[in-house]
Amino acid sequence: MKILVCISNVPDTTSKINFTEGDTQFDTNGVQFVINPNDEFGLTRAMWFKEKQGATVHIATVGDASVEPTMRKALAIGADEGIRINAVPTDGFFVAEQLAHVIKEGAYDLIIAGRESIDYNGGMVPGILAGLLGMNFVNTCIGLEVEGDTATALREIDGGKEKVTAQLPLVIGGQKGLVEESDLKIPNMRGIMMARKKALNVVEPIGATTATADKKFEKPEPKGAVKLTESVDELVELLHTEAKVI
Amino acid sequence: MRPDLFEAPDYYNIDDLLSEEHKLVRDAARQWVKRDVSPIIEEYAQKAEFPKQIIKGLSDIGAFGPYIPEEYGGAGLDQISYGLIMQEIERGDSGIRSTASVQSSLVMYPIFAYGTEAQKKKYLPKLASGELMGCFGLTEPNHGSNPGGMETKYKDMGDHFLLNGAKLWISNAPFADIAVVWAKNEEGRIHGLILERGMEGFSTPETHNKWSLRASATGELIFDNVKVPKENLLPNKSGLGAPLGCLDSARYGISWGAIGAAMDCYDTALRYAKERIQFGKPIAAFQLQQKKLAEMITEITKAQLLALRLGQLKNEGKASSAQISMAKRNNVEMALKIAREARQVLGGMGITGEYSIMRHMMNLESVITYEGTHDIHLLITGADITGIPAFS
Repeated sequence: MKILVCISNVPDTTSKINFTEGDTQFDTNGVQFVINPNDEFGLTRAMWFKEKQGATVHIATVGDASVEPTMRKALAIGADEGIRINAVPTDGFFVAEQLAHVIKEGAYDLIIAGRESIDYNGGMVPGILAGLLGMNFVNTCIGLEVEGDTATALREIDGGKEKVTAQLPLVIGGQKGLVEESDLKIPNMRGIMMARKKALNVVEPIGATTATADKKFEKPEPKGAVKLTESVDELVELLHTEAKVI
Repeated sequence: MRPDLFEAPDYYNIDDLLSEEHKLVRDAARQWVKRDVSPIIEEYAQKAEFPKQIIKGLSDIGAFGPYIPEEYGGAGLDQISYGLIMQEIERGDSGIRSTASVQSSLVMYPIFAYGTEAQKKKYLPKLASGELMGCFGLTEPNHGSNPGGMETKYKDMGDHFLLNGAKLWISNAPFADIAVVWAKNEEGRIHGLILERGMEGFSTPETHNKWSLRASATGELIFDNVKVPKENLLPNKSGLGAPLGCLDSARYGISWGAIGAAMDCYDTALRYAKERIQFGKPIAAFQLQQKKLAEMITEITKAQLLALRLGQLKNEGKASSAQISMAKRNNVEMALKIAREARQVLGGMGITGEYSIMRHMMNLESVITYEGTHDIHLLITGADITGIPAFS
């Protein structure tokens, strides 16, 4: 089985988020970047397929050279080979089109993408990818097994779980549950040493379309001061008249 | 103990001076400390026990001989990576860093630098994987700052050496499988010998009731007519310079490790000062607390730059022993002062095991003394700049 894990390079959750150029550009200054957590659950599941079922695992990222440390970490965790599509990602459609092109050439059986990236939370890439490739698609996956040509996936649905089967080739939108947080791997020294020798191939982008453009970002209001009330009646009154939430 | 919320300070964007591999190695060690060391370390320090279960993790993150070549089981990393690993481990606890320092610089390094090919093949891969743990015997009850006066000696008995003497303040001694021991031959020349646990007459009693490095096992090495096979002598260097060469490597690691302890104290104090409300505002709003915090980050930044430059010199093979002394001395004192100031920022909470500060502070009281005392390192600088040694 040949697996491609799509990796997005996102700010660490503890990063302080700022914008520049009149709130139109994300300020990367001082920001630590990490593997998108939803992708990391998928990568870790892919490592399981590699260890138990002898799968080959490639990773692909759309980004300029600044994403390579994140990719190198994925290689140190155990992915066999990396493909960097040399373009700054603009929107979900652009990313999906770039990835689709690489996937067509690589003849993969299973594509694992995170359900969404935790930076822009678009949640579009896996779905568009499946559409462009004409592959089966299972989103919000919290469990995945593969037997021969058939995948059995567990999905999170409102109030419960759904078990579905699908034929390979297949695109998965993964999330926590594919593996648990305690299963996530810290790259060990052997992995870091081996990652030095693994191929990280850079391919040029195809002339894909950018369908949407960011116009402006706004940060949430900073937390205000806490107001202590003397009575429940006063609290209800303030929630009604001042906070206007009831 | 509270959850580990550590965020590393980098006031001068020193990360920009590191390679991608440095950062990958450092971040892996940082993540591992958060996952496997922080949640258990307070308990082990309180009960004065070394957490043996973390040996595999230390090996996995490359803490055992990171700069030893790959053919002997090391990771073949540079000196800056070694420093960064030490920094991250000591961010968790100086005792755990001590275990790693000893294994790397005081056991693997002398075998690698002074040993035979057969010794390297026999011991280094198992030391790198943690299958074997080692310790280093130089200091004696009557000879601390003056190791050249050592009394431990061995006699050539024809088919073996007969070793007699005692060593004190030996990290890892109580559980070590092997010991690199420095002893004088019949001509009074210092040589290194590899001892294995189980050799007749070789015992390692534990030192109890320490107030410092409580999560690290410390002990004595006692040699009572121990028969040491001749092939266990390290042949390629002798004289006091041989053990001092190992100490150069360990002291270099300590100069980075101390930064880790200081960072943890600063980060804890900064977070606490912003959350703790007195007189209607966070104590971080008061000038006296800001002075403490501002001085801490200034000193940490200076120490980071000192260690990084020393690492560059080490990589080029140009770092002198005196330069290493300066960094060890400066950075450990810096960390100890920050630990004491941070303890004050936390008030009474600073003395409890809820926070790591008091543990770091007590650990650093050992670190400022071991591997060359604070005073001796100053005299090394003094001797280096004046050309006149003041200690002999």
